[in-house]
Amino acid sequence: MQLLLIITGACLILSFIGDRKKTVLGLKKGAMMFLKILPTILTVIIVVSILLYLVPEQKIAVWFGEESGIDGYVAAALVGSISLIQGFIAFPMAGVLVQSGVDYPVIAIFITTLLMVGIMTMPVEAKYFGWRLALIRNSLAFIFALAIGVFMGFLWNLF
Amino acid sequence: MKFIKKHGVNIGIIAAFSLFAGYSVYTDYLPGLEIIKGNFRTFATELISMLPLMFILIGLFDVWLPKEKVQKHIGAGSGIKGSLLVALLAFMQAGPLYAAFPVAYTLWKKGCSRFNIFIYLGAFSTLKIPMLMFEIGFLGLKFSLLRIILTMPAVIAIAFIMDRYYARRSFEINTL
Repeated sequence: MQLLLIITGACLILSFIGDRKKTVLGLKKGAMMFLKILPTILTVIIVVSILLYLVPEQKIAVWFGEESGIDGYVAAALVGSISLIQGFIAFPMAGVLVQSGVDYPVIAIFITTLLMVGIMTMPVEAKYFGWRLALIRNSLAFIFALAIGVFMGFLWNLF
Repeated sequence: MKFIKKHGVNIGIIAAFSLFAGYSVYTDYLPGLEIIKGNFRTFATELISMLPLMFILIGLFDVWLPKEKVQKHIGAGSGIKGSLLVALLAFMQAGPLYAAFPVAYTLWKKGCSRFNIFIYLGAFSTLKIPMLMFEIGFLGLKFSLLRIILTMPAVIAIAFIMDRYYARRSFEINTL
């Protein structure tokens, strides 16, 4: 975060020294793009905030942990696909799940779907790429995430 | 006016949530306060602190980088080098997946190839260097390494499939 701030600041200063008009034009373009997408993103985070409140972390741990085998895999994939959790929360949470007995392959599916599949953010994705692409990309990511979990299951005990 | 028309549903939800938030604060309605102070605040902080910076960079990128240069390095025919370059750009960034979409739009407009757009999205979503240390810390080096080794082929495969799929269809990233 601080790094991003420093980089942006440095680029802005350099840009201003280089060409003032160009910089203003760039800032205007950036601001317009930001304003256009802002309502969609705001709506997404409102809906996700309410959903996450309704389904707390402890419940998720139960879904992954007690159901062994295929059920745990599918539960992890579904929760990961729907959730919108930042890495700063997701990785510690996954750490807790591991300690409470959830298998690593299940964690791999959870993390992978969390990162690659975004059902809640699909409206934002569709704004840029259209619904067709958003659907295809998310479906492919979902299938590959399951495959990654299965491979992880094979490889985990080999090393 | 066009803006309001386009975002009618969104503005409705935002207005309803604002009312709900105001009501919750005013009457000390506990579930409401928990939503606002918990998840919503985390997301909103991320949104407000990070996204404007990203869009400043995108705007500057847009006016400074000439199309020919971008096209030459990551456009069609840029090969593996181009894909690696795009992946590297994605690895160094942080933030939620929706932050990748406007960058992809700008890259596309500047002449980045379709395949590399998909590589960018895949790379952005799966591995972030700023996040990697965090992952290793909580889940261990073995897990992170295995995950990355298994995920990279998946990213490339997804990009290939999507690129093939769009070979006969029109592909466009909207200006919004």
